[in-house]
Amino acid sequence: MRIKGSHVIKYIILSIISLLMIIPLIWMMLTSLKEPARVFTQFFPWPIRWENYVEVLANTVFLRQYLNSIYIGIVVTVGTIIFSSMAGYAFARLNFFGRDFAFLLLLSMMMIPPEVTIIPLFLFMRELGWINTHIPLILLPIFGAPGAFGVFLMRQFFLTIPKELEEAAKIDGCSRWKVYWRLMLPLAVPAISTLTIFTFLQNWDEFLNPLIFINSRELMTLPVGLSLFTDETGTAWHHLMGATTLATIPLLIIFFFAQKKFIEGMTLGSVKE
Amino acid sequence: MVKFKQRKKAFSGNENLTGWLFISPMFIGFLIFMLGPLIYAFYMSFLEWPLLGDARFIGLNNYQNIINDQEFRIVLKNTFIFTAGLVPLNLMLALGLALLLKEKMAGIGLFRTAIFVPVVTSLVVWAIIWKYMLAPESGFINQLLGLFGIQGPAWLLDNRLAMPSVIIVSVLKNVGLNMILFLTALQQVPHSLYEAAALDGAKRWRTFWHITFPMIMPTVFMTMIITTIGAMKIFAQIYVMTRGGPGTSTKVLVYYIWEKAFRHFEMGYAAALAFVLFFILLVFTLILWQLRKRWVFHEN
Repeated sequence: MRIKGSHVIKYIILSIISLLMIIPLIWMMLTSLKEPARVFTQFFPWPIRWENYVEVLANTVFLRQYLNSIYIGIVVTVGTIIFSSMAGYAFARLNFFGRDFAFLLLLSMMMIPPEVTIIPLFLFMRELGWINTHIPLILLPIFGAPGAFGVFLMRQFFLTIPKELEEAAKIDGCSRWKVYWRLMLPLAVPAISTLTIFTFLQNWDEFLNPLIFINSRELMTLPVGLSLFTDETGTAWHHLMGATTLATIPLLIIFFFAQKKFIEGMTLGSVKE
Repeated sequence: MVKFKQRKKAFSGNENLTGWLFISPMFIGFLIFMLGPLIYAFYMSFLEWPLLGDARFIGLNNYQNIINDQEFRIVLKNTFIFTAGLVPLNLMLALGLALLLKEKMAGIGLFRTAIFVPVVTSLVVWAIIWKYMLAPESGFINQLLGLFGIQGPAWLLDNRLAMPSVIIVSVLKNVGLNMILFLTALQQVPHSLYEAAALDGAKRWRTFWHITFPMIMPTVFMTMIITTIGAMKIFAQIYVMTRGGPGTSTKVLVYYIWEKAFRHFEMGYAAALAFVLFFILLVFTLILWQLRKRWVFHEN
């Protein structure tokens, strides 16, 4: 491709802004390989200290928090997909009493800032003895605003599937549940994959809920764990930057493998709030 | 109607029951975890509920106290400063970048990816990295300034610089998302409009103001509302980077709510504060919505 004169200025501006975006992440990765004493004094790590990563992963609390984030993310995502798609299917395809009212009520919940309900939810969870357990971190996203968003997304998708397909299955003797489970759900794979990426990401980033419901370090998820990452000697930056690098890598991997779906999920999510 | 009846017949069995069974997990969960807490939060906002002792009904006292609360005024001001700083910066930068990245050029994908990458990283991680980059003596930024012989300030420990720093860090984190939304909108502007403008001899700037901008206005407004709501609810960056400090210079509304509820355990007061936040968000959205009706000429 030919590069025009006016493009030169464009390239310069874009390069500067791109660098601003990328430098923090590069700096994070570089720091994670430095000697503890030279974290603030050298630009490039030399000699490269790979042991930092060994030490970070040997830190059992960090490893626990990492695994907590992964397993809570998976449970929440699976739960959201099952319950959102069930409700989305019913709202799109079944005619039942009170359907439109129920749908409107569910949608209106997406407008309520979670900050408003968090205080009674804290008291409620304390009453049930669920503080410092993973139960609130799993139930609240599934049945809160993210779940309601999932219902909306799945309903919109199911509306686009031709009714004839369903009717044919019904004539073959399928029950409603079978139509949903064996026919509609497999057809909804594109919508489900978008919802999967969006839900998992949002959960990976969730900060307020884990901050409020979890007290002990072993039960924390990554964001809160990382925000409290200091030891008796202060912040060990070479370890913290290793930990944040490890926390970022899964997201970058998903991003580079599924850029299109990823952006779809993110932009869909932004329309929610 | 006939079709509907046929379908109903084909699916013999009670559709009312089936429908409710399908939505019941979500619906019941949502009554327990959303609607119930919402109503209870409203009730709580009329209670005095100290750490030790029982809740006591005090009517509108919490709301009255909020009006007289000196710290609340600072917090509200900080929240508005953050929003007023972030939203225009974010939208203008996003639009500028989208315009630069609109046309096909070599390497454009690389730039788009680079600008979108911070959106992909976790907010807390981004805030931690920047706290480290902005460290006073020897953070990356001040080391960089040092190369030019400039003695960099203590960004996050300075009353006047902490808030602007948090604003810039937040803009960089999320500008890529708005950029992508604007890019999508720009690509949907019919090419024939540009051709007609070119025939009329319209210059670039005129074309932008008379064609491009009105056409993407709906997207601009949606993003403005979303970005504003997000900015009013800023929390994680503040918690990680400044903890509301130095002094109260970056203490914002959600941080204050969190502090009142989970540090001082003034549950009733915090619930009332949360409703004030809700009310402000509602008013903002309605105002922007009204403006949109007046300003948006074209809508599909």
